Order: sequence, then C-alpha cells, then structure tokens
Amino acid sequence: MSDGARPAEATVVPPGAIIGPGQTFGSVTDKISSAVLDRVPRGWWIGFGIGLSLLMVFFTALGMLFTYGTGVWGIMIPVGWGLDIINFVWWIGIGHAGTLISAILLLFRQRWRTSINRFAEAMTLFAVACAGLYPILHLGRPWLAYWLVPYPNTMGMWPNFRSPLVWDVFAVSTYATVSLLFWYVGLIPDLATLRDRSKNILGKKIYGIFAMGWRGSASHWHRYETATLLLAGLSTPLVVSVHTIVSFDFAVSVIPGWHATIFPPYFVAGAIFSGFAMVATIAIPLRAAYGLENFITLKHLDNMARVMLATGLIVAYGYMMEAFFAFYSANLFERSMMHLRFTGPYAWSYWLLILCNVLIPQLLWFKRVRTNTIGLFLVSIVINIGMWLERFVIVVTSLATDFLPSSWGIYTPTIWDWSTYIGSFGLFLTLLFLFIRFLPMISIFEMRTLVPEAEVEGGEEHS
Amino acid sequence: MGMQVFHRSTNVISRVTIFGGLFAVVGALFLLAAINRSPWATRQGIAREQPVQFSHRHHAGELGIDCRYCHTTVEDLAYAGMPTTQTCMTCHVQIWSDSEFLEPVRASWRDEKPIRWIKVYDLPGYVYFDHSVHVNKGVGCQSCHGDVDDMNVLWQNPSLHMEWCLGCHREPEQHLRPRDQVFSMSYHPPADQLSLGLQLLAEYDVRPRTECGACHR
Repeated sequence: MSDGARPAEATVVPPGAIIGPGQTFGSVTDKISSAVLDRVPRGWWIGFGIGLSLLMVFFTALGMLFTYGTGVWGIMIPVGWGLDIINFVWWIGIGHAGTLISAILLLFRQRWRTSINRFAEAMTLFAVACAGLYPILHLGRPWLAYWLVPYPNTMGMWPNFRSPLVWDVFAVSTYATVSLLFWYVGLIPDLATLRDRSKNILGKKIYGIFAMGWRGSASHWHRYETATLLLAGLSTPLVVSVHTIVSFDFAVSVIPGWHATIFPPYFVAGAIFSGFAMVATIAIPLRAAYGLENFITLKHLDNMARVMLATGLIVAYGYMMEAFFAFYSANLFERSMMHLRFTGPYAWSYWLLILCNVLIPQLLWFKRVRTNTIGLFLVSIVINIGMWLERFVIVVTSLATDFLPSSWGIYTPTIWDWSTYIGSFGLFLTLLFLFIRFLPMISIFEMRTLVPEAEVEGGEEHS
Repeated sequence: MGMQVFHRSTNVISRVTIFGGLFAVVGALFLLAAINRSPWATRQGIAREQPVQFSHRHHAGELGIDCRYCHTTVEDLAYAGMPTTQTCMTCHVQIWSDSEFLEPVRASWRDEKPIRWIKVYDLPGYVYFDHSVHVNKGVGCQSCHGDVDDMNVLWQNPSLHMEWCLGCHREPEQHLRPRDQVFSMSYHPPADQLSLGLQLLAEYDVRPRTECGACHR
C-alpha cells in the first residue's frame, strides 16, 4: 500500500508510520501547541466538568471518612484491607506504563514512544497521586501520616524498618519524586515554546517562569540530554522496584494466597499490563478529540497492544502458578484458599478476573483488533477492570477465609468505599484535563525530531 | 527572539528563590521540631500556680514531711493521690489556723467542697501510667519529679515526651535505687550506679516493657 497513488491527504497515515506524512517543524509545533493556546473546545469543558464532579464525590467521601473514621468503610476483622488497599495497588500499577515508556523505551531508543511519553508520564504522576492518598486514608488518623517517615522525633522511636509497609513509603515517594522530575525536565523546552508563542503577557510570564530561562542554546541541549539520560537511568530500576515492594506488602506476610515468591514479577507484569491499558484508554479518545491521528498512529496502538498481550500472558502464567503452588505445596491452607477462590463466596470475582485478564486479552493476537481503535479501547477498559479485580481477589479472598474457619468473615464494601474509589477518578481526571489544557500533551520538540526535516542532520542520533 | 518578558534581575531572583526555598523548608522543619521540644509545648519547667499558695520547699524540704503523708496511694495505686482538705487540716486546725494564705483551705473545709488542685503532670488520656509499680521497683520520686523539696511552686520537671519515658524503660539500671531510698530527697547515686542498678534489676525483678501496649492499652 503505497501512498503515492493517493492524493496528498494529510490525514492518511501509511501503515507502520509513527508520524503522519507531510509534517514539518512548524506544523508539529502549531498542532500541539494549539490545544493549549487556542480556544478551548467544548469537549474539554465536558470532560473537565465530569472530572470536577467526581472530585466533589471524592471530597464528600473524605469528609465522611475524616468525620466518622474508617468505620464508614466495610472493612472489619478479618478483612482489614479493603477497597482502600485494592485501589492503592491498582493506581500505583497504572503509573508503571508511563515510567516504562519514558525511561526504558528511551534507553532502548524506541522512537515510537515520542508521541505518547508526555501524557503517559502525566498519567503516571496523577495515578501515583491517587495511589499515594489511599494508604494515608487507610491510616485512620491521616494527620499522623508523617510518622511513616523516619525523622528524629520526641517519641524515641523509628518506624519498623523490617516492615514492607515502611519500604513502601520510600518506594512510592521516590517514585513520585523521580517521575515528577523526569516529567518536568522533559517539559522545559516545550514550556519555552509556549512562552514564546503565548499571546498574552500573563501566559508568557507563567510559562516563562517554569521554562527557567530556556533559550535552546547548544549548551542547554547538552545539559538537557545529560539530565534526561540520568533521570532515565534512575527511573529504570523504579519500573521494577516499586511494584516489587508493593507486592512485598503481601508476600512478606504469612497469609495463604499472599505468601508466594512469584508475587514480585507477577505484580510488575500486572502493573505494566494495567498501565498500558490505561494509556490506551486515555490515548484513543484524546487522539479522536484533538485530531492527533498523525501523531498517535495505528502503529502506536499496535505496539501498545503488543505490550499488553505480552504482559497479559505473564500475568496469566502468574495465575496458573498460584494454583499450581497451592496444589504442589500440599499445604492444607494454601489448597483450601485456592479451592475457596474457585468455588467460595467470592468465586464470581475470580472467574470474572480470568475472563477480563486472561481470555478477552487473547483478542490482541489479531492485528485487526490491535489496530481497531474501538476494539482496542474496549479491550483496554476490560483489562483495567480485570486488573482491579485481580487486586480484589488477592486482598479480599485471602483475608476473608484464612486459617481458622471460626474467624472467617465476608467483606462488603459500603457506599463510602465505592465513592472513595469513584471519587479518585475525579482527582485523576481533573488533573489530567488541567494538564491537557495548560501543557502540551505531546512532546513538541521530540516530535520535531521525527519529521523529515530532522533527517537531514541524522535524526537517528537523537535519542 | 521578540520582546523580553523578564527583567535582567530575574536571573538573581530565581537563583535566590530556589536556594532560599530550600533553606526555608529545612528551616521550617527545624522550627517545628524546636517548638515541639520547647516548654511552650511541653510545659517543662514552668511553675504552675495552685488555688492554694502551697510550698513544697517548705513542707517537703524544710519540715521534712514524707511524700506519702499527702500522696497517700502512691505505693498501692496507679494514681499517687492528691491530699484532701482534711489532710491539710490535720495540722492546720492548730498551726497557722488564721493565716490568710490558708483561707481557700478553710473555705473548702467549711463548705465541704474539695480544693481543685491543678494537675502539673498531666499525661494524655492514651497513656497508662502506674505509680505503684515504679515506686515498688526502686524508682525514686526524685527521678521523675526532680528536687521537689526545693520548689516553692511545683513545675513539671521532665519533658514527658515518650522518648523520656523510653530512656528509662530501655536502661532502667541507670536509674534504680534501693527501695528504702525511694522517698528520700537527699539520695545520691553511688559512683558505680551500673553495678548497683544491675543488682537491683535482678533483686526486684525489674522487667520494664517497651512495646506499644505497655502504656497505650
């Protein structure tokens, strides 16, 4: 299929291309910065309105929680970890795709990452913001959250360094800090573009302050490249370490269904699986709404779907191994736990999880599904649900029916559990829409390296 | 490129704010820590006025009245006990019976309304503390309450921060004294407190607990 026979229509992207034809430095800059500098489309207001409404739901739920305590949730003994911890793991997992795209794919010189890395990094940040709230809300007395940090205090105490929950504090806060820095450093050249193109003085000033005096000189670019490379190097281990430590929250304990050595790799694969699903969930509507088919091409969607398929298979292997371990260990409690997962009170969640995370993602073997925006969008939604169910299965079914049948109990989330979850979408969407409105959602200067003009001086060299 | 958005001075301002911001954050944290340890937060060393102008220096120091004469339950209960008006009146029906300093005591005696002593060592409600176990295991009054026999108006001697409690619970041998010296206000620890402390530790079977549930029950 050569596009030579067709009339020069800018919207027809040849298959396999990572940028549409006929793009120039100027057209890339115009297109991406227009989303920020031009009139706000009606769709943005609708999306932002939905986000803000859900954010109000979140505030209401938090108001209830702070007023009446964690008793408004359905958690009890034995299920002391409920939706709050499920949501924490779910959100933090989603963040991993952004870091993978921005760090590992950068180091591997995967140039197709260019058009999706900016908003994937933003998604990481906002997902980590949502995730980070949950353990703090879970404390019951969130105003004492600073006790998690080791600092010379008047109590003569340090946090328990042998507890994975403390490792979590370091893992998540490091992750948030490095992600923020990486995202911000990557934004600086584009902030300078917005400063120069902004039509009013206030915009010039605000973008100017955050551009930190960027003039695009050779020494600026040199330092920029060094900083990016260093941050990519710092972020790379984080892709693996953060969710490994999150999995330790479970694996280090002795609860049947948690105490498994496969947890770290299985959690990391699940995180990337859910993260790419979320990137696709966001990218597909954005691409349609802002007409970005030239920048986020079918090749991108295809690549993301392949990553989902690969990590989905690892996750499926994890589920298989969980069942196998229970059988092979010959441990009564492990076997009973697995048996109850298959047939117990929460069996619906387990089979729904298998449907969402193992069966439906097999559709991604077909190129027709991978390159069909609606099909891929639906599969990505299903995966998001499936990964949430996975954490539900792990957290709830393991706790509800542990060693002693006399201490078993059924956890039912209350309306405040659900509204705290639904509400966190409000925080996520509000931040995401503010980001889309005020910052370039695709890296302008990196996209410029993909256009034919950049090839003259050997665009291959540019990472 | 185009007009200048920022004045030349912005370079200096931005450098100052970046480094200044760092110092401000660190400084604010230090300030918070300092406030938390200051007498303003802990009430350490601040003399507390009582409804009666009672002098511990006079009664416990100059007259040498034993602590237990007024704080009667210190050996048996968690709470050391505050003296009843009747306790004051055992002496003061005879001595200084006309003194105007004692008018609140006489009023309490007359109206049968207890004196509302101000609690100087006011532990938070979530802390369980038992005087009797400390006194019976060789912790002197002085060890926590300081030189009460030299205080006209009583003040809180230690910070009462948890690290202060734990300091002794982690190293009790540094603070133990023989049981017969617990109520002494003139006891001086021997030069080798450590060997005495270790001996008393074994003799009195002192096993101070440091887990959360010891005090936060």
